[in-house]
Amino acid sequence: MNASSLSEALPGALRKLDPRALLATPVLLVVEVGALATTVMAVLDPTTLSVLVTVWLWLTVLFGTLAESVAEGRGKAQAASLRALQQESTARRLRPDGTEEAVPSTALRAGDRVVVGAGERIPGDGDVVEGVASVDESAVTGESAPVIRESGGDRSAVTGGTVVLSDRIVVRITSEPGQSFVDRMIALVEGSERQRTPNELALNVLLTALTVVFVVVCATLYPIADQAGAHQSLIVLTALLVCLIPTTIGALLSAIGIAGMDRLVRRNVLAMSGRAVEAAGDVDVLLLDKTGTITYGNRQASELLAITGVAREDLVDAALLSSLADETPEGRSIVALIGEGRPVPAGATLVEFSATTRMSGLDADGRRVRKGAASAAVQWVRDFGGQASAELDELVDRVSSSGGTPLVVAEQRGDGPARLLGVIHLKDVVKEGIRERFADLRAMGIRTVMITGDNAVTAKAIAAEAGVDDVLAEATPEDKLALIRQEQEGGRMVAMCGDGTNDAPALAQADVGVAMNTGTTAAKEAGNMVDLDSDPTKLLDIVEIGKQLLITRGALTTFSVANDVAKYFAILPAMFVVAFPQLDVLNVMRLSSPESAIVSAVVFNALVIVALIPLALRGVSYQPSSATALLRRNLLLYGVGGLVAPFVGIKLLDLVISLIPGL
Amino acid sequence: MSDVLPAIGQVLLLVAALAAAVPLLGRHLAHLYTSPRHLRVESAAYRVLRVDPDADQHWRTYTASLLGFSMVSVLALFGLGRLQQHLPLSLGFAPLPSDGAWNTAVSFVTNTNWQWYSGEVTVGHLMQMSGLSVQNFVSAAVGMAAAAAFARGLARSQRDGRVGNFWSDLVRGVLRVLLPGAVVSALLLVALGAIQNLTGTSPVRTLTGGTQQVTGGPVASQEAIKQLGTNGGGFYNVNSAHPFENPTPLSNLLEIFLMLVIPFAMAWAFGLIVRDRRQGIAVLSVMALLLGVSIALLTWSEMAGPGTAPHAAGAAMEGKEVRYGEAGSALFGAVTTGTSTGAVNSMHDSLTAPGGGVAMFNMMLGEIAPGGTGSGLYGMLMLAVVTVFLCGLMVGRTPEYLGKKIGQREIVLVALYVLTTPILVLTGAAIALTASDGLAGLQESGPHGLSEALYAVTSASNNNGSAFGGLTSGTPFWNTLLGVLMLVGRFLPMIFVLALAGRFASQRQLPPSAGTLPTHRPLFVALLSGVALVVVGLTYVPVLALGPIVESLS
Repeated sequence: MNASSLSEALPGALRKLDPRALLATPVLLVVEVGALATTVMAVLDPTTLSVLVTVWLWLTVLFGTLAESVAEGRGKAQAASLRALQQESTARRLRPDGTEEAVPSTALRAGDRVVVGAGERIPGDGDVVEGVASVDESAVTGESAPVIRESGGDRSAVTGGTVVLSDRIVVRITSEPGQSFVDRMIALVEGSERQRTPNELALNVLLTALTVVFVVVCATLYPIADQAGAHQSLIVLTALLVCLIPTTIGALLSAIGIAGMDRLVRRNVLAMSGRAVEAAGDVDVLLLDKTGTITYGNRQASELLAITGVAREDLVDAALLSSLADETPEGRSIVALIGEGRPVPAGATLVEFSATTRMSGLDADGRRVRKGAASAAVQWVRDFGGQASAELDELVDRVSSSGGTPLVVAEQRGDGPARLLGVIHLKDVVKEGIRERFADLRAMGIRTVMITGDNAVTAKAIAAEAGVDDVLAEATPEDKLALIRQEQEGGRMVAMCGDGTNDAPALAQADVGVAMNTGTTAAKEAGNMVDLDSDPTKLLDIVEIGKQLLITRGALTTFSVANDVAKYFAILPAMFVVAFPQLDVLNVMRLSSPESAIVSAVVFNALVIVALIPLALRGVSYQPSSATALLRRNLLLYGVGGLVAPFVGIKLLDLVISLIPGL
Repeated sequence: MSDVLPAIGQVLLLVAALAAAVPLLGRHLAHLYTSPRHLRVESAAYRVLRVDPDADQHWRTYTASLLGFSMVSVLALFGLGRLQQHLPLSLGFAPLPSDGAWNTAVSFVTNTNWQWYSGEVTVGHLMQMSGLSVQNFVSAAVGMAAAAAFARGLARSQRDGRVGNFWSDLVRGVLRVLLPGAVVSALLLVALGAIQNLTGTSPVRTLTGGTQQVTGGPVASQEAIKQLGTNGGGFYNVNSAHPFENPTPLSNLLEIFLMLVIPFAMAWAFGLIVRDRRQGIAVLSVMALLLGVSIALLTWSEMAGPGTAPHAAGAAMEGKEVRYGEAGSALFGAVTTGTSTGAVNSMHDSLTAPGGGVAMFNMMLGEIAPGGTGSGLYGMLMLAVVTVFLCGLMVGRTPEYLGKKIGQREIVLVALYVLTTPILVLTGAAIALTASDGLAGLQESGPHGLSEALYAVTSASNNNGSAFGGLTSGTPFWNTLLGVLMLVGRFLPMIFVLALAGRFASQRQLPPSAGTLPTHRPLFVALLSGVALVVVGLTYVPVLALGPIVESLS
């Protein structure tokens, strides 16, 4: 936040001063009514006190609307660039007879089929029904590398506004005009269609109740104080009222919500509703796909195991030789493990991996090396006069049961008998730091369940290494759905991510369903969030953002209420000290005069809103930890801080304000 | 400082007695509010009442039963008061004026027991026994029933708003707790010197040679339930300061024990009903903490507090009985305002200024430390929900209490509950202090006059019933105003409590995890105490500043 973003937000803030716009924020509405009342009084009886109080009450309302306006402004730039995608273009619609007709892109309806060629903009959201193309989606995702979109399967969804780079595809449009993905994104980042979330509404009720209490307190104080012989002016009572009602949180509440959505957008996650963001904070169970989330996508060589009687160098050499020309990630990882590459020997013949041989290798200088599945390699050795080995079988079993994949290495020199050399241990590599993140999640009370198609033994081994709490092995989409239902039956909230069409039921059933942007339209529509980066690990970030949003709300509410204590110490003695001089002992801040004390409290109350706008936009800092630890920390910071800060602030303001003549 | 040891000694004795009794009674209460079995005498009662004790009532039906029963009680009591000259055992007293009968009827049905009259010269034995004493039992049982329904609502899962059966709660509360408890304590009180007879007034020759009319009556029996049911309506005008009601320091301590035992035991029972004893202990700890602080403050201000008169006289003994002393009066005063009893053994008008402030603040807390029978528990639980809502967000989850989400609808009910009493107190005070009829009742002007009026409206709205004294309240204005405050202050919050019980009963119970805010730890006890103090403090500090605080600083 800086001066320019403030000044840009000002016109919007002024528009929001319309009382009808403030109906949703009763706290600010009360301040505005108070400001109107003091304006009338200041006009009728202009004193330094009445004028100052009036000015600062108006500023209080303005700062409140400004907070919301600034939060909204942050999405404006992003919305503008998205709007550029929506410029009207001409689409080539296919008639039922297969001929093309030119129609404006805005006239397309769901179900229409359009042809898009190289260099053309895709006119609307849809699924590829014919052909393959590389598509530039950078305008939506920010990722500059083109992606492949093809008919059928899980890579068929295209987004309106993205550009086809090569080839020609036929797209069946799936969205009605004005309801496309980009339309929704624009509405989201602008906050124009923001609906207040359940917790925000509930908090608003509590804030309204507090406001009502303080209205009653101040209204009844007028006759009661009269009776006690300490007559109060309406200006002072209005000032007291505005200081007591929770203006800080009331003013910042909607800004916090908008900023929470904005934080997600900045991480390239689009939440279809604010409700989903809040639900993310409440999640109890995370379903995580193994591949891509917990492990890197590929298996990697971790160990070479030679059988007795084979020199280790022979195994290493054969393993390296067989992998030199192997461009698969597994093959490269073997070279990387051994540590030194060398050029492929001249005249060598490559043996490619095939589903029937289940082996790959290389023939050079009369030497033939092979690596592959255990049964295939043993068969190959037998075929060329070699012998099976019980020890090798043991090694293979050992690798399998530890969750790894064994690759057997064999060779044949000249016309001699082939022989088995040993085993390469390929293992799923758990992502770095993932174990710590799961530990954090556990401390937060969130259980992680790993979903994998692997068999139970392999799955358990990886689960143990990654530190997840539970495993769903050999999982089918139905199993996923059943697991989600079962957790929800037990009252737990479930989050998951997915991309395939068969993930759609589970995504829809989960409380937080994050669809990958590379996924199918069905998946994207079923989930309540879309990750433009298609990074399943982001689920963890989403949970943290949800929690941070709620914590920010709670922290600022606590701060706001705690502030009232100090304001009482400033205003009450100021109000009553003329009638009852003994109340001066309550003036613990030793404020210079009653008028100065009242003005200082009002000014503090207004300035604290502006001071906290950055915090509301950024969110309070959040460290994953247990509820007790979080509570203790935030209570100390915002509860105790909220008690102390206004004492200091009001005192400092008083030192300045007391210099104003007439106070 | 030789007074200090007995002051501490009586508190220790009290704590020991409560520590022994509360878990036992708590277990008994938890059982009787959850068990499906009826005693034979209870089944007979249900047949007479023509109710089905096994019907699991929706909260609306439960509330309608509760309100219907209470309104019939108000009418019956009103009739007894207006017609007493035609009924036996009236001792020849005239009928109560209509505003007075209204006030008394509401007062006893709402468990407030504010008394604008002198019992011994206004109300006959029949009304005392069949009207006021009966209400002493059932009004206490009604409060306990509402609290039990709330606890069950929290303990249940997906029960479609059903919270139990009012009639069985009512009958069991009376027959299994209050009646046996009252019989035993009445006998103990008689043993300690309280009287129990049906004689009318007898003339007595006093030491100075004058004569005095002394009224006898069924004092011990009414005294027992008056304390046990946190009622507070004394047989005699001077209430528990009268030697026939409360003869010795030991009987004084017994009466204090009786006021506390059910409210604390309800908290214990709450833990058992929600199947987590620690939750009950946490609630009980908050009650004990707040009460402990107010006992300490009140005792300090009476024994060593400021004030010109006490310093001149050497002790703050004005308005106190010599046989209880300052400490015995202070302890009683803190407990009677901390519970919603309102019985007095000293004149609260004569408490030192800070002492009067503490008594008033105790009531302003909303009668939660430990509060009335049942009403104390549900009042504290409503504040617990507020605390969970305010602080629960700071752990990064939408707030929940005992596995129940606090959403918009829940918080609306809690907000209405929290709003009701302050609005009643403050508007009541404003009306009383602007109307000439209201001002006419005040004995003093300035801060102390304000305290008198504030104390009366606070006592009525919070269903305490203790009087500050000094206020002439038996006028149509005060009788009507306080009657309205008592009625609304009792039943409107109860409706919100039962509605919330219904909401909770409909909800699914969420399992706790490391991410949920724990509500049984010391941190939560401190938080709940803090929220209670801050919420109440912020509401009442301005008026307190003009009354007791100004007086204290004089």
